[in-house]
Amino acid sequence: MQSLKDFLYTIADDNLILGHRNSEWTGLGPVLEEDIAFSSMAQDKVGLAYQLYQLLHTDMGEGHPDKVAFNRTETQFKCCHLVEYPIGEYDFSLVRHFLFDHAAFARFDMLTKSAYPALAQLSVKVRGELKYHVLHADTWMKKLGKGTEESKARMQTALNEAFPLAMGIFEPVDMEQELIQHGYFEGEAVLKERWLASIAPVIEAAGLKLPEIVHDKTSYGGRKGYHTEYLAPLLKEMTEVFSIDPEAEW
Amino acid sequence: MYGGGYIHQEESTKKQPEAVVEDPAKLAEFQARIDRGEKIEPHDWMPTMYRKQLIRMIEQHAHSEIIGSLPEGTWITRAPNFKRKMALIAKVQDEIGHGHLLYTACETLGKPREQMINDLLSGKSKYSNVFNYPAVTWADVTVIGFLIDAAAIVNQLANSKGSYGPYCRALERICAEEAFHLKQGHDAFVFLATGTQQQRDMLQAAVNRWYKPIIHFFGPSDKESVHSEQLMRWKVKMASNDDMRNQFFDMYVPKVREVGIDFPDPNLKKDPETGKWSFSDPDWDEFYEVIKGNGPCNAERLAVRKWAEETGLWVRQALATPYTKTTVPLA
Repeated sequence: MQSLKDFLYTIADDNLILGHRNSEWTGLGPVLEEDIAFSSMAQDKVGLAYQLYQLLHTDMGEGHPDKVAFNRTETQFKCCHLVEYPIGEYDFSLVRHFLFDHAAFARFDMLTKSAYPALAQLSVKVRGELKYHVLHADTWMKKLGKGTEESKARMQTALNEAFPLAMGIFEPVDMEQELIQHGYFEGEAVLKERWLASIAPVIEAAGLKLPEIVHDKTSYGGRKGYHTEYLAPLLKEMTEVFSIDPEAEW
Repeated sequence: MYGGGYIHQEESTKKQPEAVVEDPAKLAEFQARIDRGEKIEPHDWMPTMYRKQLIRMIEQHAHSEIIGSLPEGTWITRAPNFKRKMALIAKVQDEIGHGHLLYTACETLGKPREQMINDLLSGKSKYSNVFNYPAVTWADVTVIGFLIDAAAIVNQLANSKGSYGPYCRALERICAEEAFHLKQGHDAFVFLATGTQQQRDMLQAAVNRWYKPIIHFFGPSDKESVHSEQLMRWKVKMASNDDMRNQFFDMYVPKVREVGIDFPDPNLKKDPETGKWSFSDPDWDEFYEVIKGNGPCNAERLAVRKWAEETGLWVRQALATPYTKTTVPLA
């Protein structure tokens, strides 16, 4: 079923690319503890991408995860724009992590009830991991939202920048209706409502303001292969060694 | 990884203060405790020199972990498949964790983490020279992961039997993790060594690049090392530079050669009678030049670290406010 394939690719690609971005913090965090935290989350995300590509490989005849991740062109990726952005400074990375992981938690919580058993099973494990990612994000949102004048201003600015991009997380795949009918997934619109309900109280507790959504489709396109200028260089870097000899074993 | 066998000590040009005269009875009791194999704990009495040397040693070890994450860290985003990517993130993360653990161990001796990091950035405090060399290709990452980690394990295993409790406990944990690093490094090394001609060439070129830094890693010959004797009596230093280097060659020359790779030194030979390895002069002048800050990557490494400190300053400042200092249980 094409829509299910597309759906799994969107989640896997989001996680691969954000995991890749998070891993860039290894060695550069504002405190050692955050280096370590971002590396952990990077491992969970890259690991999750691998497991989803593996499902696509074994259940749906798609290529081997390594080939799929390292040997596709930019337009074949289905990730959303939010995950493609460079890590920027810690404020942007943290807010992105907050917005993305709340959505991811809500998504995998939903998927534990998916009619696709292998996905439901995987989701139970993933939801357990994401619980900690969300706790981490919430803690830091509150700490920095209520820290100094500078940290508060930075967090609000980062939120204003990242929030419109986060709308792209909820860009549905083609024929989403099929997924809903089969009970695989409740749909991006329902997910987005749950997401808003879960981030709003944290943003309020952090003393920050939820930006208004003027137009919620401005950051759409990722699911159809239209990407920001940041994805191509990321892929070039990611595949630099692999491309020396794609047939070799590394 | 990553504590080099060599603990650098600046030759002081300042007028030395009067040496601290320790109470001979306390000193004798201290030595007796160490001889009995007891561990010294943070609140115990210890000679001033012992404390000073340990701070120097643990601090340099911690810095080495943190700076050591940089040459490999830049390859995380380029690792060639899922397995390598996951392993490398986890591995470099471990190194940062080791740095964290060691800073904490060192704080028990009275020097705060901030001060240690400031000393690193100002160049006052050193780290292992080996990280002032560049990781040019993916093969360099496998050589670091296999051989530099192996060299570090030789050193750290020895030191984990030392006399200062917090340092030993940190090292025991570190060594357990390092054992996995060595496995992943060896695995990646073997894949290249048994891969295509191009992969083998990459690997041999990387081994050639790292040979000298590996010899330097254990520090100059025992004949050149000052203060060794007292430090060994106090079980601060547990094995001599030459002994550790020899042990490394014993264990790893065969492992490198068995996959058809070799070190670029025709004079690297073991004397079957003495069991000692001999090797060509590795240019100790270069070693001292790199310590002074004139290695290929000294400036770059510190610049990256400074970037991290400066761009993260606002976060640390925000953490220091009364609101953020209170801890609320997470779950």
